[in-house]
Amino acid sequence: MTPGRRKTVPVPRLIFEKSREGRMGCNAPVADTPEVDLKAAMGSLRAELHLPEVGELEVVRHFTNLSHVNYGIDTGFYPLGSCSMKYNPRVNERTASHPGFARLHPMQPPATIPGALEILAGVQDMLCAITGFDHITLQPLAGAHGEMACLMLIKAYHDSRGEGGKRKVVLVPDSAHGTNPASAARCGYSVRSVPTDPDGNTDLAALREALDDTVAALMLTNPSTLGLFEANIVEVCRMVHEAGGQVFCDGANMNAMVGMTRPADHGFDCMHLNLHKTFSTPHGGGGPGCGAIGLQKHLEAFVPTPVVRRRADGSVELDAHRPLSIGRVSAYYGQFLMEVRAYTYLRAFGREKMADIARHAVLNANYVMERLRAVLPPAYDRPCMHECVLTAEPIKKETGLRALDISKRLIDYGFHPPTNYFPLIVHEAIMIEPTETETKETLDAFCDAMIAICAEARSNPELLRNAPTTQIVGRLDETAAVKNLDVRWRPPARHAVEA
Amino acid sequence: MPYIPHTDADRREMLATIGAPSIDHLFREIPAGLRVAPGSLDLPPALDEARLIDHLADLARSNRHMGVLDCFLGAGIYDRYTPALVGALISRGEFLTAYTPYQPELSQGFLQTIYEFQSMIAELYGMDVANASMYDGATALAEAAILASGVKGRHKIYASAAIHPHYRQVLETYCWAMDLQVETLPAPDGVTEGWSGVGEDAAAILVQHPNFYGVLEDLAAVRSAADRAGSLMVVSADPVAMALVKPPGEYGADIVVGEGQPIGVPMGLGGPLVGLFTCRQEHVRRIPGRIVGRTSDHDGNPGYVMTLRTREQDIRREKATSNICTNEALMALATTIALCALGKNGLRQVAEGSVRNTQYAIKALAEAGGKLRFPGGKVFCEFVLELPKDAEAVRDRLLERDILAGLPLGAYDARLANCLLVAVTEVRTKAQIDHYAAALKEVLA
Amino acid sequence: MNVPHDLKYTKTHEWVRLDGDTATVGITDYAQSELGDIVYVELPTPGRAVREGDSFGSVESVKTVSDVYAPVSGEVVDVNGALGAQSELLNTDPYGKGYLVKIRLSDPAAVSALLDSAAYAALLA
Repeated sequence: MTPGRRKTVPVPRLIFEKSREGRMGCNAPVADTPEVDLKAAMGSLRAELHLPEVGELEVVRHFTNLSHVNYGIDTGFYPLGSCSMKYNPRVNERTASHPGFARLHPMQPPATIPGALEILAGVQDMLCAITGFDHITLQPLAGAHGEMACLMLIKAYHDSRGEGGKRKVVLVPDSAHGTNPASAARCGYSVRSVPTDPDGNTDLAALREALDDTVAALMLTNPSTLGLFEANIVEVCRMVHEAGGQVFCDGANMNAMVGMTRPADHGFDCMHLNLHKTFSTPHGGGGPGCGAIGLQKHLEAFVPTPVVRRRADGSVELDAHRPLSIGRVSAYYGQFLMEVRAYTYLRAFGREKMADIARHAVLNANYVMERLRAVLPPAYDRPCMHECVLTAEPIKKETGLRALDISKRLIDYGFHPPTNYFPLIVHEAIMIEPTETETKETLDAFCDAMIAICAEARSNPELLRNAPTTQIVGRLDETAAVKNLDVRWRPPARHAVEA
Repeated sequence: MPYIPHTDADRREMLATIGAPSIDHLFREIPAGLRVAPGSLDLPPALDEARLIDHLADLARSNRHMGVLDCFLGAGIYDRYTPALVGALISRGEFLTAYTPYQPELSQGFLQTIYEFQSMIAELYGMDVANASMYDGATALAEAAILASGVKGRHKIYASAAIHPHYRQVLETYCWAMDLQVETLPAPDGVTEGWSGVGEDAAAILVQHPNFYGVLEDLAAVRSAADRAGSLMVVSADPVAMALVKPPGEYGADIVVGEGQPIGVPMGLGGPLVGLFTCRQEHVRRIPGRIVGRTSDHDGNPGYVMTLRTREQDIRREKATSNICTNEALMALATTIALCALGKNGLRQVAEGSVRNTQYAIKALAEAGGKLRFPGGKVFCEFVLELPKDAEAVRDRLLERDILAGLPLGAYDARLANCLLVAVTEVRTKAQIDHYAAALKEVLA
Repeated sequence: MNVPHDLKYTKTHEWVRLDGDTATVGITDYAQSELGDIVYVELPTPGRAVREGDSFGSVESVKTVSDVYAPVSGEVVDVNGALGAQSELLNTDPYGKGYLVKIRLSDPAAVSALLDSAAYAALLA
């Protein structure tokens, strides 16, 4: 594929600019009860309400045209490292849209929702089998929320043993996602960084040095954010436990392990799972996420309530009686309609095929790493898991062009760029996660484009520097976006008042 | 498995390129003792698509959903009208399967919808700025309390007893973890009181509007109490009610949050929802989560980017304003589309329909033997109905007649064991309300 | 890189200009060029006591935040208010109009322990 020309879509106008007094974009219900005096019923009323007034077709066109200038997995290859941008099966959308799921109220009596409770318990059971943990709870609403919930469990655990007062530190590798230290801070912990050794594993000597009786937990991503399996994982967990700490597994990279190895067996005390990564619930432009957490028995007393529990006879009940519970982390049952999607996905694979996910994710990533090795060397020369971290450092040294320039040029070739500049410890990082759902042909086309771009970096660097040129906008001025902050439309009249 | 397209030939060729004898060989860095044999986990058997659909439909049909029940249950999640175009538009793959718009050149569509979302939410609440969404209304409220604590350098939060009990529980969980104290302001007569008890140690006063009992709070009194204490004023507000009442921003609220579900999002057993978060301009650098801003490219074309990024966890790590990363972008898109379709007139029509239906239901249910528990308060679409019998028993009897009569309040407040929290939205009809009233009369007889 | 001879420096890329018992403090030309366009500066309120090595504020570009550390101990007696509206002064004139704060030293002799321009230039090399 060769880069095309700029899209000729007109610059989309804001919906507010299409508004005309008196229009409405839907056939809204008309009450058949008697009219009332609103002021008498509600007190002082608002005078102005600046919402758009547009006809129904205009609404449909507005958002359809905006979708045309947005890229999704359905549009093309999306090898964003650490995000598991796999195909989101349409059957999941179909099952989740059934009114028997979509039109349930979270506070209706549990006896009226046996099928919904079966979904929740079923997802829990299957995730227990896949991760090896004793207990799964689905209340956290996203990955970072799950991390935070796990740290809360750990905090409650230390408190219950009378050690909460002294264990105030959370260890986080220097390669960790930013959510790890941020979640630790949300639980009142201070953060200490642990370095990575030259092979890409946790530096055991440095870990030993960092461990003392102030450490509450280590947060570890496995496979690491470098796309590498933590070779010393058993030893790492043993060392932390010996020092009285707990080990949390960041499950962002579960896609490498599904059906092949179980994190609970590695020695982790708890972990979060991103059902929106590993189990294919759609990312929706940045959410909803879905952040199940798994935990070992010793943390079970502290889980958020209500607990969805299977009775001995197989039926499902809600258990709110947990005196040591950390309480609720969200208002209801978690991201229920996302759980329906995940349930559908898990049942489609079943026992027989579950391991195919990790096996092909790892195959695809190693294939891409191998094909690109000559132009973009791996940051650590080891077999990768479900993603590979390459470095553009040689290209930067030779041409001054950066990983971001390569990524922006990739847009002109029709691909979504990989993750750049993460993990922070790899210079000019390019993190590629192809996922298992891509064909060899797609991977070849992507690798061909990357190789061509690396050649362009030497032969015609301006092509990279000016990229992308095929979209409705080029690189945007982010400095101006901060300095002249404009985060909302305002009605023109109000502008005048303020001026 | 169609989701994995590899043929035997593909696998062979790819392994040859890699120089590995087998796929298993690629897993050799996992210690042998930690590996499990493929196909050995305790999982149910795989289902093909036809059987999958049947199985899920069976589970769905076993639930008594709002297609078969007349829903008078609200308490923060409402059975409201959603324009048909919302579902059609948010299921477009370009939106549904996109990631967070980190590459703005490929994400202008979504970024513009978020800018429109921020604009409309800020407008609804009468506030300066809105973010791109939070997980839900409950976590948005907890985030507001934490923001206030950071602004004020104080560690005490005064929260009304008339805030949704689940929201209060989430608030308490978050505050426990951050070592903040939550004090309760009482609401014995259905509205918050006890302002004199708010000390100068208050980081924020939190109220819900309308509150858990459906009653509109006296926001001017909240502002005065906040001024006296030197604290922030935080309101969790129903966005649909904002079509009619003066928004909290006009009362001087510092932070206004809420649950966006009633506008375009299915109830879905309470998830996914969409948290709304707005504040005054002076706090914009402390806002949790993403914000989209308008700017231009080097040729002067207007465009949108995520902005004020240094607040966020991937840059500021443990000093970030929040740990939130993934938000509820798709549900925020649903709310945006629904707000565009309803527009000013549609949202007012929906809100006014709720008021009419609610006022009618108050009369009808009173005639059937119920009594308005907090008659002094002004309500929007929800009210507390006191019954001569245990409310849970009455709720269960009415369920037999396919009426979801409301929320029995005894579990939250023993004094209200005979009370039902009843919501009546614009989608209920006079006939449904009459049916409810007639059934109630029989059950109470 | 511009490293004026008459200033003192820290390893964390702050500079100090001593005038009597008051030190003017900013970030170096090297620091501003590494950060890129500076969009926001967070500074302490005057009157705050700072200790050598403490973070007293931060400097932000679009995608990074850097803490700034007090090169010397003392009391903040002045902050550069112009940076609120014109943070770009840090890029265009880091040793002049782009200064950050003035600190009244608790011990003026402490300045002599800082790096001189030659030592700082060597650090950058």
